Amino acid sequence: MTDSVRVLTPVGMLGAGFPPETVTRGLELGADVIAVDGGSTDSGPYYLGTGTAKTAAGAVAQDLRLLLRAAASAGIPLIIGSCGTSGTDSGVDWVAGIAREILESEGLNLRVATVYSEQRAADLVESLDRIHPLPPAGEIDPATLESCTHIVGMMGHEPIVAALEAGADVVLAGRATDTAVAAAYPLMKGMPAGPVWHAAKIVECGGQCTTNPRAGGVLATIDAYGFTIEPLDPDNSCTPTSVAAHMLYETVNPFSMREPAGTIVVSDATYQALDDRRVRVEGSRFEPAAQHTIKLEGSRITGYETMSFTAIRDPHILGQIDTWAALMRKMIGEWVSRTLGLGDGDYEIDLRLYGYNAILDEIEPDRSPPREVGAMLLVHAADQATATAVAKVANPLMLHLPTPDMSYLPSLAFATSPAETERGAVYEFALNHVVDVDSPTSLFRITLPEAQDD
Amino acid sequence: MTDARTIADLAVEVRSKNAGPFWVTMELFMRDAAGYALVADPAYLDASMVARLYGVPADTIQIFRLPALNVVKISFPRPVSQGSLRDRDIHAGQHHVPLALYPLPASAPAAG
Repeated sequence: MTDSVRVLTPVGMLGAGFPPETVTRGLELGADVIAVDGGSTDSGPYYLGTGTAKTAAGAVAQDLRLLLRAAASAGIPLIIGSCGTSGTDSGVDWVAGIAREILESEGLNLRVATVYSEQRAADLVESLDRIHPLPPAGEIDPATLESCTHIVGMMGHEPIVAALEAGADVVLAGRATDTAVAAAYPLMKGMPAGPVWHAAKIVECGGQCTTNPRAGGVLATIDAYGFTIEPLDPDNSCTPTSVAAHMLYETVNPFSMREPAGTIVVSDATYQALDDRRVRVEGSRFEPAAQHTIKLEGSRITGYETMSFTAIRDPHILGQIDTWAALMRKMIGEWVSRTLGLGDGDYEIDLRLYGYNAILDEIEPDRSPPREVGAMLLVHAADQATATAVAKVANPLMLHLPTPDMSYLPSLAFATSPAETERGAVYEFALNHVVDVDSPTSLFRITLPEAQDD
Repeated sequence: MTDARTIADLAVEVRSKNAGPFWVTMELFMRDAAGYALVADPAYLDASMVARLYGVPADTIQIFRLPALNVVKISFPRPVSQGSLRDRDIHAGQHHVPLALYPLPASAPAAG
């Protein structure tokens, strides 16, 4: 009978880097498992849309080498979720390839399981009546599913537990909830769901729940009554405030969070300082759901973009930058219509005035004249050639457009030559839905090579 | 510059971030209970005030008040789809500013 399980989370995302000594310290403290998230939707729909990673292979390899060595030396499992940023099959294979090279070069003999989470649109179309929207999405239709270049289901802990029980030392999972990665091993060892899921949420971003998030990760010790959390760096601290505040991070609702199997409820949780760097959390609950659901994520191409970027330092233009921008939009429309014969429905532009109001646009509270402005023109069209043609037609305007009261043509400061950059296909998240499932593992595929006798 | 004080003057941190691809969430970490009491007062900060500041429908806005942390948290659906042509803040990490720069009422306590 296990009394407690210690989960080591070295960093919020594989490839972000961490001080090696923090992992050594976690092993000295008796870590039972290393769990780390490999991805997120946070950087946008491109990564899922293309099935490529946001992180550099070299950065992933550096983190993975340290973690594989640590897992092998301590004889504890290593679990990585949402491999390759978006958890597509290509992302899992990418991390698995990096892991294989490291295991070979380090002479480590660890059994690596891969858990795939990519879904076929055709399969989902067949269970359309079991797919439900999450706010603010609407009902799903087959065309939306079929338009996605990649769809993944977010696994809970169950497929990861299945891989561990089958004998895996290392689990490389496709898309998983951030929490499932850290929850899997303690749940498998019989720790209670309330403390496990709450601890998993707190550790999912590594040191984010400490007073110095850049000093490495954390160790959570989960037992029958609650959990204790401490930073891996002896000079870093967890405080009741830093831990409680992490329930706010990137969550809509700070009191409850839905997982595939149920809901984490922390409204009655208490946070108590054990000393100046460790916090004890009790009173967390997990309410099992009547229906097990798997959240779907899908990304699709919306078109192609070309970007042009010029810059303005002339105080005369900057003094009436709104007038200049309005004239630019109007002139682009006229010139594109005249030269390319294209109208409103054929392309779209976004003109952003960096240094003035690019980020907040209409809700910008400060409208004082800027000292310099970078004017980014983004052109969106159904194909790359059209987007680039529009940007090229706009080129003389981006170089020379005056304000209406100027009697000469200024020359503005293009940032690069050529001025236009083709951005390729651009994507959007098309799904915000869950699918009802009868089994928590049915949408996921586990592969585990046969054990080698040696 | 005027000396008009803003919410940021009474806060440790005001931040915003995506909460998944379809929601944005913001937190006001206030310095003390007095500052918290001010921003937690629905007569000052409520869904209609957030709706005006951000140009989003008031009935989609969720506000959570956490007195133990001196925090008010605000969540609403992202008005612009993440990564789309008109998304100028992929992580929604700079959208706290209109809230942070919102003027304090004349009755606000002095900054501590």
